[in-house]
Amino acid sequence: MPIRPFALLPALALMLTGPLQAAPDPADWEAVLDEARGQTVYWYAWAGEERTNDYIQWTANRVAEDFDIELVHVKLSDTAEAVSRVLAEKQAGNDDRGNVDLIWINGENFATMKANDLLFGPWSDRLPHYPLTDPENTPAVRYDWTIPVDGLESPWSSSQVVFYHDTALVDDHPRSMPELLEWAHDNPGEFTYARVPNFLGNAFITQALLELAEEPGILYSPMQEADFEAVTAPLWAFLDELHPLLWRGGRAFPANSSELRRLMGDGEISIALSFSTTEASGAIANFELPDSVRSYVHDHGMIGNMSFLAIPYNAQHKAGAMVVANYLLGPEAQAHKQDPVVWGSNTVLSLDTLDEADRARFDGIDLGIATLAPDELGEVLGQPHPSWVDALAEAWQERYVGR
Amino acid sequence: MLRLAPWLIGFLLVGPILAGLAMAVLPAFGYLPALGGEAFSLTPWRELLAQPGLARSVAISLASGLVTTAVSLAVVLLFLAGASGSRLDDWIRRLVSPLLSIPHAAAAFGLAFLIAPSGLLARLVSPALTGWERPPDALIVQDPWGLSLMAGLVIKEIPFLLLMSLAALPQLDPQRRVAMARSLGYRPTLAWLKVVAPALYPLIRLPVYAVIAYASSVVDVAMILGPTLPPTLAVSILAWFNDPDLSRRFMASAGALLQLGVTLSALASWWCLERLVRRLGRGWVEGGQRRRGDLALRAAGKGLILLAGTTALVGIAGLALNSLAGFWRFPDALPQAFTLQHWQRALPSLAGPVTSTLVIAAISTLLALGLTLAALENEQRTGRRPHQGRVLSALGLLYLPLIVPQIAFLFGLVVVMESLGRPPTHGLVIFGHLLFVLPYVFLSLSEAYRRLDPRWERLALTLGASHNGFFWRVRLPMLLAPLLTAMAVGLAVSIGQYLPTQLLGAGRIPTVTTEAVSLATGGNRRLIGVWALVQASLPLVGFVIAVGLPRLLWSNRRGMQGAP
Repeated sequence: MPIRPFALLPALALMLTGPLQAAPDPADWEAVLDEARGQTVYWYAWAGEERTNDYIQWTANRVAEDFDIELVHVKLSDTAEAVSRVLAEKQAGNDDRGNVDLIWINGENFATMKANDLLFGPWSDRLPHYPLTDPENTPAVRYDWTIPVDGLESPWSSSQVVFYHDTALVDDHPRSMPELLEWAHDNPGEFTYARVPNFLGNAFITQALLELAEEPGILYSPMQEADFEAVTAPLWAFLDELHPLLWRGGRAFPANSSELRRLMGDGEISIALSFSTTEASGAIANFELPDSVRSYVHDHGMIGNMSFLAIPYNAQHKAGAMVVANYLLGPEAQAHKQDPVVWGSNTVLSLDTLDEADRARFDGIDLGIATLAPDELGEVLGQPHPSWVDALAEAWQERYVGR
Repeated sequence: MLRLAPWLIGFLLVGPILAGLAMAVLPAFGYLPALGGEAFSLTPWRELLAQPGLARSVAISLASGLVTTAVSLAVVLLFLAGASGSRLDDWIRRLVSPLLSIPHAAAAFGLAFLIAPSGLLARLVSPALTGWERPPDALIVQDPWGLSLMAGLVIKEIPFLLLMSLAALPQLDPQRRVAMARSLGYRPTLAWLKVVAPALYPLIRLPVYAVIAYASSVVDVAMILGPTLPPTLAVSILAWFNDPDLSRRFMASAGALLQLGVTLSALASWWCLERLVRRLGRGWVEGGQRRRGDLALRAAGKGLILLAGTTALVGIAGLALNSLAGFWRFPDALPQAFTLQHWQRALPSLAGPVTSTLVIAAISTLLALGLTLAALENEQRTGRRPHQGRVLSALGLLYLPLIVPQIAFLFGLVVVMESLGRPPTHGLVIFGHLLFVLPYVFLSLSEAYRRLDPRWERLALTLGASHNGFFWRVRLPMLLAPLLTAMAVGLAVSIGQYLPTQLLGAGRIPTVTTEAVSLATGGNRRLIGVWALVQASLPLVGFVIAVGLPRLLWSNRRGMQGAP
């Protein structure tokens, strides 16, 4: 038989262009598990909180035992760094050897990655543990800040804004934004919020707008330029009056939730807010806050949202990333996460879908002295559309920066 | 081989910076295909100029570059002028290395905790002297004029300029100059300022320029101590680069170029100031005034440098106290309880970052040392010596990485590396560190190297030794003390790097510094205390070895034990 060496060329060329593996399909979970075995998953996650880091380390040990996956926590000070990296890779034409396998993400970062086609999927709605979130009746797992999730990210953690105050300094805490303003008049310099565009700062002004706007419903659809001024006018009137009464007369703001917490611990302010319902309890255990601190919510309800795990389009270890995301969505990991001694971040599971044994994992958790019971948390207000939050943050900076 | 060394150094330093800058220029003018920027435009600049508070950001960056440098330089010169070899002076000189080894971020945290209204100082005098039961509502840290930022920078730049001056001084033979002036009736401090300082300045000019560039573009210190509404330009740029809205990347690149412009303007203003001072100073030097103000100048020099040194040390002590603190309410001067919990919690996660910090620092320092030795030995053998103090010389190139703001070229460099298909590895991070370690190692070593008495070499050659034999068996052993000091400086520089490690390592290579800064965003002062102490103690080990080893090895040869 005559040898025709050139006939092999196309095949060789294919081999040289790199792994043309089909993307793993979560519908065939066994195959995903097989592929994931031995993979190293690089998880890019915000690392500003020691308890979060410890929890991620715990997860790494668990997935190493159960699935033979090496999970590496790539510590970020800002989630957008991961978005930048994926972008830099796309820019450089690196479409299949990406460094980022898994990102802890939500809101604007998700909207950006989705809009720029930087995400892999759909995959998350096919994970074995996904039905435990009761997606039919839980819109929060299907919409991230009103943006349809479309199976591009797997729910991980749910959070809600709460205020906390030092009961040794504040007798009767405010129950709404107008009451907060009144309280600030009586106690100037004792309240502040995180600097916009930090997510907690954004949350505060969004919460204020939701409480003060005449028709808050409009905030849930994309922003129209024409509406902006009329809808936000009450917010600016409120902030203009509030700012001179804030800590440092509103001439400086803490950078983020932890700095806010530190001001509280130093006794510089006596009311603060947080995106974690158990933050105050955890901080008391950590000696950061006095044990006279308690949490409270406004009567109107407070903003809440979910954070998710997403896989970039060019991730190298997609199967491993899926297995990790699915493990984190399971009852064992979710219950461990909810324990305030560990982290105290709320579960995304719908407890009704769990069997007896799994539900018992959640029942045994002590939420801590400064944490509100689930029925005291009141109504959860959804996050407005990102276009509103963007515009609010921008307008805030124009009004209050450099003045 | 040796001949290639200067070229290799030039290429290593200049290549990546130019490549990185080029990748910042393209997006600044709208070209970034991955984000849909296919055509050149001026939109990024228009957006940049429309940013609220931009003028103020620029002004503060500019001012912090100039004021920081002027104050630090003045303090260093006054101290040197008034130094008389007393025990206190020796002690201050010995303080230089430990102060230099404190990373900028750690020093900034220390200062912030010291001077804040709820900080250590206020706690010490409250409520006894002040009557404060709650911290006063005063904007001290992060003040809108950037004063606390400048104070934090001054504390760190004084040791740097002092070290550079101490290294350059011996060439000038200051004792003879001062003796001459004193025989003409000048008081000692005035004599030094009139006859030594004008000769010293040209020798430390490039380090001074590096301080201007650093202070006008610093990120970590400005995040901790700088103003916030708006922040300094460099901090704003970092925020734009990290904005979830990717289209801001164009504006951020334009901002990076603006930062380059601001730094260059600061340098240009300084250059004009130099002219002015030269003109005015000449009259003062030649005026013949011999006595007036001598005592005041001396006291000011000593007092200010002590103030700066103690502030840094007390700040670190405050962090140490925090790392052991239980709950600590204002106005208690001490925590209500002490606990090891914060250390116990951090210890298990320390091992990995400490190892990679040390590996990266050791390799980049050794590489830098090898290149430096090759270049210096080449200089000795060819007899060619670059002019010192001139910006456009081979030596001037060494300062390029110190003068071009990191933020202006590092993002571009990441894109370049990505296009070359280089995955982030330890190698890449080491390369990035080399950019900054090499200049410092070269600067610390070169003077000692060039000053070694040439008669030793002639003697060795007469006795039949080869050039190489002399290098290995005489020159290196004789230079052990300065070699180790240069290595300690190199290690300290590498250990303190944040942006290069984070960007070139894709965040996958955790070092003590990246961990400390990412925790700093968490603001837990107790944990920051733990990490800042670890971060500050690693370089200190290097300096201890640098001082101790020569004394141990050469215990029978006093002249080779190195300067105290």
